[in-house]
Amino acid sequence: MGMRRRSGGFLLRVNPILCDGFGHCHELAPELVTTDEWGYPIISPTPVPLANMSALESARYAVRGCPRQALRIERLSEPA
Amino acid sequence: MTSNTLPRLLRGAQGRPLTLAQHEETFAFAARRASMLEELDASGLRGRGGASFPTARKARLLRDQRNHSKFVVVNAMEGEPASHKDRTLLSTNPHLVLDGAEYLASIIGAKNIAVCVARDNPAVVNHVERAIHERARRSLRGPALELHTPPWRYVAGEESALVHWLDDNKSLPQYRTKRPHILKIGHSPVLVDNAETCAHVGLIGRYGADWFRGLGTDESPGSALVSVTGAVRRPTVLEVALGTPLRKVLEASGADTDPQAVLLGGYGGRWLDAAHLDAPYANEALAPQGVSIGAGIIVVLPRGACGIAESQRMVKWMANESARQCGPCAFGLPAIAEDLYQLASNSRDPRGAHQRLVERCAVIEGRGACAHPDGVVRMVRSALEVFAGDVASHLGGVPCAGSSSVQHFASVPTLERAEELVWE
Repeated sequence: MGMRRRSGGFLLRVNPILCDGFGHCHELAPELVTTDEWGYPIISPTPVPLANMSALESARYAVRGCPRQALRIERLSEPA
Repeated sequence: MTSNTLPRLLRGAQGRPLTLAQHEETFAFAARRASMLEELDASGLRGRGGASFPTARKARLLRDQRNHSKFVVVNAMEGEPASHKDRTLLSTNPHLVLDGAEYLASIIGAKNIAVCVARDNPAVVNHVERAIHERARRSLRGPALELHTPPWRYVAGEESALVHWLDDNKSLPQYRTKRPHILKIGHSPVLVDNAETCAHVGLIGRYGADWFRGLGTDESPGSALVSVTGAVRRPTVLEVALGTPLRKVLEASGADTDPQAVLLGGYGGRWLDAAHLDAPYANEALAPQGVSIGAGIIVVLPRGACGIAESQRMVKWMANESARQCGPCAFGLPAIAEDLYQLASNSRDPRGAHQRLVERCAVIEGRGACAHPDGVVRMVRSALEVFAGDVASHLGGVPCAGSSSVQHFASVPTLERAEELVWE
């Protein structure tokens, strides 16, 4: 038991096969996800620090709001 | 045979496949190896299917998997229209490939070997079928050999698509979260190796690593099969020692030795300007130009032809061959093909098309489940670099002389199946 680790970073990852370009992730996490001209998400490949609570929050919203459940959050142990 | 001369893989070619007896006569066994995996490691063999991944490392990864059943998959799908090497190899000596697959099976402890040949190649399917029967008649020991015939699609030969086919009868690429990813049929791990790689393993099993290293360079030992198409008297498959100067390879194949450029590595490869033709044909020597030998494909583009127009035809075909699973590939590749078409043909706004093309390449890259879109982007980018002169004249509203020519050099299958793609 103890303090939750807040070092390290996370990446929002999309499974491109499942993704159908609904665009909900862009609505829910605009700071993490932009869309291309066909409406499919573009997610920056640089890790976001876990300390960035608001980004993590919206990433979680995006994951839960995806109609195809194509998103997931990947935690990286190394500091971002 | 322990003499170190070419041909190695294509030895004893006689117009029809060698029978098992002929094969054993041609390739007599040398001394028994202590450990096949160490021998493979020492040989430095790299996969000949395009990625040039060290075969021993891949085999070791699979050997360390703890499963009762494992598979070895021989990939002879040959999705590249410009490649003929697996076809040639299997119609010359299927037993050498099967030998290599059995060696690999013994290394990783696999009980099953699946040989995958596209069903659009009935002659090759027959050769492999006959070879498997010949072996079954002789001995029932060893791993079970099976022949599988997936539909012929460009991405069906991609390893995850091939395993998907064996697992679930759908030749569509799979999404892999991390690399290296162990592909599985059911719960059984799968080792996928190209047919030519297997044939090399078969030779290494017989004659050892030192013999294998007798040809080629230190970093890329051994020989490789090369399919030369384009401005060539007739499409040729020949076996060369890695490190042979490219111009020599072209000479030996009867191709135009003073071309404008060559496409190396396949339709997802890169164009190489003729100025670099004296470079050795080996990955480490071509790396400064960003080129790799890939699956051993050379498409020769003569002077006077328009590289942009040729690339456009290839991209159009590649876009049609997309599995349409991932949005950026399904929508992006046709968009790129259209941009290239507008750039190459005498359209109203070539500058806008060029601008969109560059932007779309950046957007699409790295966003598919497999490397299909990345390959197309790589080829388009290299075309824009290598044919910069042609691009400039197209941008100026004056199409280059070659673009109005009706003669084409890169072989592209007709698009008659555009509406009825078969994936199952």
